[in-house]
Amino acid sequence: MTRKLSLAIAAGMLLIGSAASAETLKIGLADDPDVLDPDQSRTFVGRIVYTALCDKLVDIDPDLNFVPQLATEWSWSEDGKALTMKLRQGVTFHDGEKFDAAAVKYNIERSKNLPESRRKSEVKSIQSVDVVDPMTVRINLGAPDATLMATLSDRAGMMVSPKAAEAAGANLGANLVCSGPYKFVERVQQDKIVVERFKEHWNAAKFHFDQVIYRTIPDSTVRLANLQSGDLDLLERLSPPDVPTVKADAKLKMVDVVGVGYQGITINIGNGERSKTPLGQDPRVRKALELAIDRNALNQVVFDGMHLPGNQFISPQSQFYAKSVPMPGRDVAKAKALLKEAGVEKFSFEMQFANNPDATRAAQVIQAMAAEAGFDIKLRATEFATMLKEQTAGNYQATQVGWSGRVDPDGNIHTFMTCKGGINDSKYCNPEVDKALDAARLTNSLPERKKLYETAIQQLDQDRPIIYLWHPKWIWALRANLQGYVPYPDAMIRLEGMRKGS
Amino acid sequence: MLAYFLRRLVGIVPTLVLVSIFVFVLQLMLPGDPALAIAGEERDPESLAFIREKYHLNEPIWVQYGYWIGGVLQGDLGISLRTSIPVTDLLLQKLPVTIQLALMAIAIALLIGIPMGVLSAIHRGSALDWLANVIGLSGLSIPNFWLGVMLIMLVSVQLGWLPASGYESPFDDPVQNLKTMIMPAFVLGTGIAATMMRHTRSAMLEVLKSDYVRTARAKGVRERFVIMRHAFRNALIPVVTIGTLQLGELLAGAVLTEQVFTIPGFGKQIVDAVFNRDYAVVQGVVLCSSLAFIALNLAADMAYFLLNPRIRA
Repeated sequence: MTRKLSLAIAAGMLLIGSAASAETLKIGLADDPDVLDPDQSRTFVGRIVYTALCDKLVDIDPDLNFVPQLATEWSWSEDGKALTMKLRQGVTFHDGEKFDAAAVKYNIERSKNLPESRRKSEVKSIQSVDVVDPMTVRINLGAPDATLMATLSDRAGMMVSPKAAEAAGANLGANLVCSGPYKFVERVQQDKIVVERFKEHWNAAKFHFDQVIYRTIPDSTVRLANLQSGDLDLLERLSPPDVPTVKADAKLKMVDVVGVGYQGITINIGNGERSKTPLGQDPRVRKALELAIDRNALNQVVFDGMHLPGNQFISPQSQFYAKSVPMPGRDVAKAKALLKEAGVEKFSFEMQFANNPDATRAAQVIQAMAAEAGFDIKLRATEFATMLKEQTAGNYQATQVGWSGRVDPDGNIHTFMTCKGGINDSKYCNPEVDKALDAARLTNSLPERKKLYETAIQQLDQDRPIIYLWHPKWIWALRANLQGYVPYPDAMIRLEGMRKGS
Repeated sequence: MLAYFLRRLVGIVPTLVLVSIFVFVLQLMLPGDPALAIAGEERDPESLAFIREKYHLNEPIWVQYGYWIGGVLQGDLGISLRTSIPVTDLLLQKLPVTIQLALMAIAIALLIGIPMGVLSAIHRGSALDWLANVIGLSGLSIPNFWLGVMLIMLVSVQLGWLPASGYESPFDDPVQNLKTMIMPAFVLGTGIAATMMRHTRSAMLEVLKSDYVRTARAKGVRERFVIMRHAFRNALIPVVTIGTLQLGELLAGAVLTEQVFTIPGFGKQIVDAVFNRDYAVVQGVVLCSSLAFIALNLAADMAYFLLNPRIRA
């Protein structure tokens, strides 16, 4: 009798034990994601949430190599105009629909044709998709496109359920149906997005949390307080001034990685009347400005040395970094000489920057450094949306601004620096650069691409429409018991293998 | 009385129309381009053109207003430019949160402010009066943002008693709901309590000096009765006015407090909407809060009737 009773108690405790292990991971985001449809969305934090919800055709590894996800293997045709992909067997969407070649075709066509699609420019090179057999697709291109793999490793490569997308049309974001390791449960705007484990996921064994809650907490101090109190397990974008607090707290730890983005000064070279200044017209003046700035000191003073100084659109850690154009040190005498040569020893211009604490301090340090060489920089703090508008409209002389970065180098440069680039706010135009950047898109050969980018970088170093200054590091703070978190340069939070220790 | 209130009710419509036009024009005067704000990093000319077309951003302002008001008349407040969620859904999601926070804050303010005001008026010049004044002034001068962060540091991080932030619906988990709402309500409430206390005190002092209070005392009415029945009731009129105004402001959203405790109410919503140039959301929230504000004023007028027979005449 007693034995039976104790067995029953033990069984009961086991049950309770397993119920208690229904674990939740709480992640603090710095912004609220926008519409949750990979074809329509624009925000960085939205992509973090997709990492749980949606599988992509391919993923990247921490060294930016492409690895299989929904496509298990792939090959390029001889002429580089067709990419054939073998698809993973046994994958289902959250609504129970089967994933196959027809689904891939549907998704790529949706990215191309949905009127609301923000992916159109990314998949422009794709002309058609053939269903070779139920588990093989061939993607046909108009011309070779070296950026396609990177494109398929991001939102354009995320597969939504064709059935759900067909039914919801442009409103898919209200209830996104993908095939990722977690499925959508609910969203309260500006508060939280809740997802729960998708037990039928092909890789379900590697995901250990039953529920993940993404909470939007824009204020960095409050975000950190929530982590300290245990209301969060992980937060993204720890503010550099908070690093010492995290390091001093035994209950917390920190992980960081250099991202694929950059920060710098974009100069108005040919965008309307306001480009007609010595800074806009004379490369020597721009070079003088660069020589006046001490990138390492800037990083030390403003960011406690957390970021990585750099002088190209990709970081010195990238395999595409052109070693023939090293980062120049500060040289005030040379800067002054260059200004004298250009006939403008004392010179004043206006620089706008986003009115947040980090950008403000950076702008002030730049202003002080440049003053020593003879630049009188008038600072104008501008709210972000307004700043972009001024920049697009040409109503600026210089802007301290950056780019969150793309996995493929093309995404960091082509749209900014080609004559007809969509975001070429400098209105910089150099046929030599265009030629190199266009050619780099058309070849899949790594050495060839490296050479082409080097050509462009050398030319850009002569013209200097953007002075690249630093590459932000992504910093995450975690509860010390959270294990298995691997940082990636694209700053996405991959949940695979993460678990809570005791 | 009925005719008066009916007249007031009819008056609400033109007020709302005026408010909506005013907000619409103000928004368009904001620098920055909503299409750019929506496009984010993908701001190539094609995307921008599509967004402008879809949300009628190319049209003259009165046409844009026409689209909006036409929708409103059919009960459609439009969709959020940023998230594509219908604005009506957003309001229904946020309104209960905002109302709960406002009511809890005002309740805390009343519970602290009125007794403190009455006591310090009765014991004018005493140590109690002095203490109440100090507490009141501190309540007024400590910024909500700072008090909020300090409370989180103390109560959540150090002591671990309450969650640092977040929100849980009272229908899902009432206990957790109270746990998350009590700190923000307290932060908001203390600020208002100070104002309440100051007004109650001065109103009480005023009333206590009046003839009828002296008469009542001369008749030998017990002091307790004089205070509660004769003085306090009349002193309530300005308190009702202030309370209503404060409640109205709370319903428009408590921006900083909501930000600190990440409570998904109107305040956070409208700030984000303005930064993202999400016009439809701004319009919807403002319309909703103005409606609440007007309704509250009406309720306050009704309360005057009940409290003071002289107004009824």
